[in-house]
Amino acid sequence: MANGTTTVNEKSFYQQSTNKYSGILSWLLTTDHKRIGIMYGVTILFFFLVGVILGVLMRLELMAPGKTIVDAQTYNSLFTLHGVIMIFLFIIPGLPAIFGNFFLPIQIGARDVAFPRLNLLSYYIYVAGALLALLAVILPGGAIDTGWTFYIPYSIRSNTNVSLPLLAAFVLGFSSILTGLNFITTVHRMRAPGMTFFKMPLFVWATYATAWIQIIATPVIGITIVLVILERLFGVGIFDPALGGDPILFQHLFWIYSHPAVYIMILPAMGVVSEIIPTFARRTIFGYKAIAISSLAIAFVGYLVWAHHMFTSGMSDTARWIFSLLTFIVALPSGVKIFNWVATMYKGSIDPKPPFLWVMSFIFLFSIGGLTGLVLGSLATDIHVHDTYFVVAHFHFVMFGGTGTIFFAAIHYWFPKMFGRLYNDKLATLGVLGFFIGFMLLYFPKFIMGYMGMPRRYYDYLPEFASLQLISTIGSWVLAATIFFIVGYLIHALFKGPKAGSNPWGGVTLEWHIQSPPTMENFKEIPKITHEPYDFSQLKEMKNEYS
Amino acid sequence: MNIHNESAAVHHHVHRDDIGAKMGMWLFLFTELLLFGGLFLVYAVYRYQHTEQFHLAAMELNTGIGTLNTVILLTSSLTVALSIAALQKGNKFLSILMLSLTLVFAFMFMINKYFEWSAKFSHGIYPGSDELLSLPNGQILFFGLYYVMTGLHGLHVLIGIIILSTILVMIIKNKITFDNYAKLENSGLYWHLVDLIWIFLFPLFYLIQ
Repeated sequence: MANGTTTVNEKSFYQQSTNKYSGILSWLLTTDHKRIGIMYGVTILFFFLVGVILGVLMRLELMAPGKTIVDAQTYNSLFTLHGVIMIFLFIIPGLPAIFGNFFLPIQIGARDVAFPRLNLLSYYIYVAGALLALLAVILPGGAIDTGWTFYIPYSIRSNTNVSLPLLAAFVLGFSSILTGLNFITTVHRMRAPGMTFFKMPLFVWATYATAWIQIIATPVIGITIVLVILERLFGVGIFDPALGGDPILFQHLFWIYSHPAVYIMILPAMGVVSEIIPTFARRTIFGYKAIAISSLAIAFVGYLVWAHHMFTSGMSDTARWIFSLLTFIVALPSGVKIFNWVATMYKGSIDPKPPFLWVMSFIFLFSIGGLTGLVLGSLATDIHVHDTYFVVAHFHFVMFGGTGTIFFAAIHYWFPKMFGRLYNDKLATLGVLGFFIGFMLLYFPKFIMGYMGMPRRYYDYLPEFASLQLISTIGSWVLAATIFFIVGYLIHALFKGPKAGSNPWGGVTLEWHIQSPPTMENFKEIPKITHEPYDFSQLKEMKNEYS
Repeated sequence: MNIHNESAAVHHHVHRDDIGAKMGMWLFLFTELLLFGGLFLVYAVYRYQHTEQFHLAAMELNTGIGTLNTVILLTSSLTVALSIAALQKGNKFLSILMLSLTLVFAFMFMINKYFEWSAKFSHGIYPGSDELLSLPNGQILFFGLYYVMTGLHGLHVLIGIIILSTILVMIIKNKITFDNYAKLENSGLYWHLVDLIWIFLFPLFYLIQ
């Protein structure tokens, strides 16, 4: 990498607009990938907090048997909205739209994405989708109560506002497709000279693989959603069993997208982990190519395992064991990553700063989530725990313990670069700890309850579950309080934190070669890439606090 | 230290990459194929389950109008390709003429579609009608899919009309020229896709009887 990169602070992208406007319009009409990333950040964080509050309300209701704070119908809407918001508005766009937008172009040495205006359009399509989802809550008729899976036939019989949130999911999918398309083209067309595919940072690899899943899988849910809306509006009959349609076919089409979507959520997180570990272990990543290729392998095999969500729905035995086998195979590339990360740390010079601690927490939680996934992927055990709290615990460990944890890891890792400020390490370490404790209290009892037979989505439960439900609810308070605590000290750091230099952690990927926050152009001159992505011998040449 | 100093870092957002633009367009078309792919999958499943009923229901469709529309759409694909070729050769007038012809064909397609659908409606065959609900399940599904698939395709034709009209205006205003025709080419690609989808819809609904 060129050592002619700037250390003298020039006007940052906050001070220089890409258009002729200043003030709020310079943000709303910007085509700068960094500003768009931050706008996504604010919006997504807002919806995340809404989702958290809905989750806390659910847990409050379940604190004791019987009615606690809301009636059963409201509870149905609560878990549906919690699911819809967390999945479609937070966790699917979260990492790619915020950090992918901000860092993918920088990490490949580009000044922007391939289609900057399309990028802004994707943001507004996202906002439109989010507003549609909110509108559905406000409008008379009642908030959607079908569960985020929209299973037929209930979703065509329910009298609540189902079509509008469905339309919202369709619109959000469109935004996701456009972002994916933009990233793929960017990676193919905008890499700096010398940046070959195997010199790209692993976050870029992961985001690239994710972008392919976004493009391949999302249209299928798009058309499925349209069919459900048409079913509700006109009674076309395609999924309606009364008219000859097949509800199981809906489940297949739904999961053909929604299972790969799980990898849309987790792959970018794995990319972030592959960035953070080398930086804080001060050691080049172990098995670079294996990690890069395993992202593509996950993207490919992950497309062929959807029916493991339907082992009890009615399928031929042959289909069931094939899907079970494929499910086990998809665990292999995930294992490849975990082992390579751990191997990277071996004999490294580990600096346990907050981002690294988040990653440690991730490896622990995600491993539990991954291994319990195998319990669900086995045909015999799945019958026992299907549709119980065991499933709920599993996917919260994978999604929240996995992607959610890494969402915070990514914020803590890149915060100094994005905002040019440092946060308090001690508070941040407390944050990781509180999150971990709250998380385990909240979700681990669910494994036990699920194994005991507590079905998911139930409003009420038998007395034998009462103590575990109470522990879980207490965990939700710890977790929610920690999340607001984290948001609090980050906002404080945003205004009052000490100024960050260009390379506070001693990273070597391209974003650490430029000033914090970056200039509007990112690079004065497009760098010429000569080093491997995690070659820490570059630290000496880089003019910053780590040279 | 090698400095790659190709752009002067002043207008970085004014960035033109025709190959990149085309790549983006192909990726988008790929998502369109998958969108329709879901419907083709549903069609395949129900056709397999209700072979007889699909056969009977397909007899109701007018192969004549279907064939006419196929000819119209195929020809429009030719004219849009000619429009691109003409502009590449610097013949703006011919390009505009060919693109206008494409639009005429697109409208003809929609007009035929309108008459075809309204004929079905007047026979009482539309989703949720008593007439349709009295038929066996297989036929309800056939007509359900017929309306959804040709409807979604028709929507794409309408979007195509809007896109091509915009492009036409841009050619007239010299925004798209013989050395900057990526937008025209990409719109042409989109139009070919609309054509391609129809090539599959036509035999599945009109010819397999």
